[in-house]
Amino acid sequence: MTVSTTPATSRAISVEINGDTVEREVPASRLLVHFLRDDLDLTGTHVGCDTGSCGACTVLVDGLAVKSCSILAVQADGASVRTVEGLASDDGELTALQQSFKDCHALQCGYCTPGMLMSATALLERNPHPSEADVKLALQGNICRCTGYWNIIEAVVAVGQGGAA
Amino acid sequence: MTAVETEAGTRQHGAAMGVSVPRKEDNRLVQGQGVFFDDIKRHGMGYLHFVRSPYAHARIGGIDLTAALELPGVLGTLTGDEVALLTDPFFQIAAPPGGHVRDYALAVGKVRYIGEAVVAVVADTRERARDAAELVMVDYEPLAVVVDAREALRESAPVLHEECGGNLSYSDVWEWGDVDAAFAEADHVVSIAELHFDRFNSTPHECSGALVEYNRGTAQWTVYTNNQFPGFAAIMMGPALRAGLDKLRLVTQDIGGGFGNKITTHPQLVVCCLLARKLKRAIQWTEWRTDFHQSMSHGNERWFQDTEVAVKADGTLLGFRTKAIDDAGAFLRYEPLGGVIWSQVAGGLYRWRNLRLEFTQAMTNKAPVSPNRGYSRMQQLWFTERVIDIVAQQLGFDPVEIRKLNYVQPEEMPYETPNGCVYDSGDYPRMLDLALELIGYETIEERRAEAAARGKLLGLGIGSTLDSGTNNFGQSQLVNPALQFSGNNEVATVKLDIFGEVVVTLGTTPQGQGHETTAAQVVADSIGCDVDMVNVRVGHDSYWNSHAGFSGTYASQFAVTGLGAVKGAADLLAGEMRQLAAMVFHCSPGDIELGGGFARIIGNPDAALPFMALGAIVNANNAGFLEDPPTLNCRFVYRPQFDVPDLERKFGNLTLTYATQIHACVVEIDRETGVTEVVDYAAVEDCGVRINPRIVEGQVMGATAHAIGAALWETFAYDEDGNLLTPNFYDYHVPHALDMPPLRTGALESPSPFTPLGTKGMGEGGGGGIHCICAAIQDALRVVGAPVVTDSHNPYHRVWELIRHPERSRQSVEVRSR
Ligand code: FES
Ligand code: FES
Repeated sequence: MTVSTTPATSRAISVEINGDTVEREVPASRLLVHFLRDDLDLTGTHVGCDTGSCGACTVLVDGLAVKSCSILAVQADGASVRTVEGLASDDGELTALQQSFKDCHALQCGYCTPGMLMSATALLERNPHPSEADVKLALQGNICRCTGYWNIIEAVVAVGQGGAA
Repeated sequence: MTAVETEAGTRQHGAAMGVSVPRKEDNRLVQGQGVFFDDIKRHGMGYLHFVRSPYAHARIGGIDLTAALELPGVLGTLTGDEVALLTDPFFQIAAPPGGHVRDYALAVGKVRYIGEAVVAVVADTRERARDAAELVMVDYEPLAVVVDAREALRESAPVLHEECGGNLSYSDVWEWGDVDAAFAEADHVVSIAELHFDRFNSTPHECSGALVEYNRGTAQWTVYTNNQFPGFAAIMMGPALRAGLDKLRLVTQDIGGGFGNKITTHPQLVVCCLLARKLKRAIQWTEWRTDFHQSMSHGNERWFQDTEVAVKADGTLLGFRTKAIDDAGAFLRYEPLGGVIWSQVAGGLYRWRNLRLEFTQAMTNKAPVSPNRGYSRMQQLWFTERVIDIVAQQLGFDPVEIRKLNYVQPEEMPYETPNGCVYDSGDYPRMLDLALELIGYETIEERRAEAAARGKLLGLGIGSTLDSGTNNFGQSQLVNPALQFSGNNEVATVKLDIFGEVVVTLGTTPQGQGHETTAAQVVADSIGCDVDMVNVRVGHDSYWNSHAGFSGTYASQFAVTGLGAVKGAADLLAGEMRQLAAMVFHCSPGDIELGGGFARIIGNPDAALPFMALGAIVNANNAGFLEDPPTLNCRFVYRPQFDVPDLERKFGNLTLTYATQIHACVVEIDRETGVTEVVDYAAVEDCGVRINPRIVEGQVMGATAHAIGAALWETFAYDEDGNLLTPNFYDYHVPHALDMPPLRTGALESPSPFTPLGTKGMGEGGGGGIHCICAAIQDALRVVGAPVVTDSHNPYHRVWELIRHPERSRQSVEVRSR
């Protein structure tokens, strides 16, 4: 029986991450999520599955919500990536969405939260006043095992209505 | 519409307690600044990946590591043979025959379930470790497989652990009252051939894992992990590693959900410890999702056979007898405690006094079971709720009325159950009324007709549950009299530091329950300051001197044990602060009041010392006192009052508090496909005094979502060869945002008379959603042949079967009347 292993090739990439340009040599097999977490220490982006099913790893790639476990770091070459660390301002001022998550008790363990925030951020950027149905649809790729989603949905809808309900 | 209405609390509390103050945890978590174990890095750390068994039952022949070790970047390996030399088998909770199981951190000689860890490989990157694991060659000699607990108990079944002489791990008869007399007195006897509670678990979003360092100079391990019961893990790991517990430092910080599923990670942690020592480097292990599903902490699958229920003509329930068969999976990692923990709620919320349950537990070629939200009580509560609804259906009683007739009544509280448990407080009929009001019970017949016009079958169901909390570990002696465990405890420290910082350390391991917030609320009210002034350290650290043997977060107990310890320590600190202020002001401590961050003489606002002054005096400016000033560093061990149960009669108080849940739901079923949609849901919770109502409601919501998932979509289904058919989130369908029905929540507060704050542990929820969805399906199907719901898990194809062949399930139920 022969088992093939990942070829040990690597490539230089340049990615804009949360406004800063990062240039690195990465193994061809490295997932974007591991590039962010292990190489850049941006550990806010999480991993919750191995089948692209849970959304804990969601980041914005050129403004689109993308599961960073489902693309390779080399595929992000030349792209602009935004992670949860890029939401609040440098002086710690939270976005309206982050604040709404706090106000609505939309997180418990907080493991799904970064992915939820990024999916919802992408939604609010294209639809600033989403309905409840819009929110549910936009979050269908994000699993939360703690909250049952009710408060998360409420938090996102509230942002579109100008504040926490 | 997902509006949530919460009934206002019924009690007044202090300034902070009872108020939904914002969570202290949230600021870091919404910014991605939480520290989960996988976020921790060490120079030169090696990534561990497990080689897992592709067979459910096989003898291990040779293991060839050559190709793996030749791969550049591979740092080392560990096999079962090494583990067998370097460690002792894990201590077994079970008495024989289960007690004969020899359980090691890696498979030794044989594999017993698909996904069992056989070899550990360490490499310099995650990817390489995984690649190298693929290169490990293991020769397996497949053996016959048994995946059904009922078959596993047959003479002819393949045996998992030869040393046990069969697959039986534990068996005993639990009987209270006079069961024969109850059946002689009964006007009706309802018999149910078989009920089945399905296998699933809570699948926390973060998988298990650790970063483990070994200090060769002191022979100490530091284990940064997300294990949620470090007290138990240490007791398991220390003897196995032949090390004293002082050699094991367990540290937790943010944990991505646990729900009981992160209690039994000790085998993997031992592997990490051995490799950290062997390879002289930090070892990083992050479990893959598929590995979690295949190998970690499944919930107990249970059968109830030959059930008989004794009922009076007016619907009074006199008792039941049944035979429970529990499936422990391949190893007894926390079992057979499931074999006793159900008896905390033996009769559910009902007054029947004559109960007989033959409990038998078998081992099968499936992943080991472990605690899972609602552990072992959920199965029993599902059984009692199913029994009530089947009795009601068969004898023509109203499901609401038969419940109200048989519920333990508020005036009977505290109520001693037939087996000596004490239900501390509650008003079950009132909770049911509230749930029915929230679900719109009045208009249900109109809704049923309206749904029928659309071709849908509509039904309403109720689930009544108890969330028993704060274990008396003495109950472990009921399954193994040789065990030396009893009671319970938890520790907290509260201190005042130099600049007036109030610092709290906990022994608990929160996974989203907001302990930092609620602990701060209790401390703030106890010492008279603002919640913002209280700093609660994140997580557990066994070097902090703030842990005890039972420290952890499990079994619905923080609001009692954790906050009991916090309250005790905060009260001690308040006393010392008064004492110190009195020394400064030359008055008596009774003259001092604490409030607003100051200690002052009552009635003299000018004689006031800020907390900062108190902290500074003791810590940095303490000359000149004639008597020793206090330390302002207080530790308190909370220990609930328990006795060891009467082992002969299997009688005693097994748990301190009983939070109660009444859930009600409305479902609509598509007749053609059997697809069930939950269209309305109400959850009423009574957990005594609520320190933070919003956090309580969040727990209610989470437990509801888990139960809905388990009732309709989530199952660990195995084929006959022992392949798990749902090994990841792709196949194992947890609820998504689109799946959630509108929810209304309600709350009552019946303070516990037995706890320091009147609180009760809560959060597990007893699986109310499973019970009420089963009941609602049965109700909806009344008009299509009135089948009986006999399984806890009802995906569309099972419901379709019920619609298609209602006579099959009906045949399993019989009524004998006199
Ligand atoms: S980790 Fe990317 S979808 Fe689960
Ligand atoms: S808050 Fe825990 S998974 Fe969502």
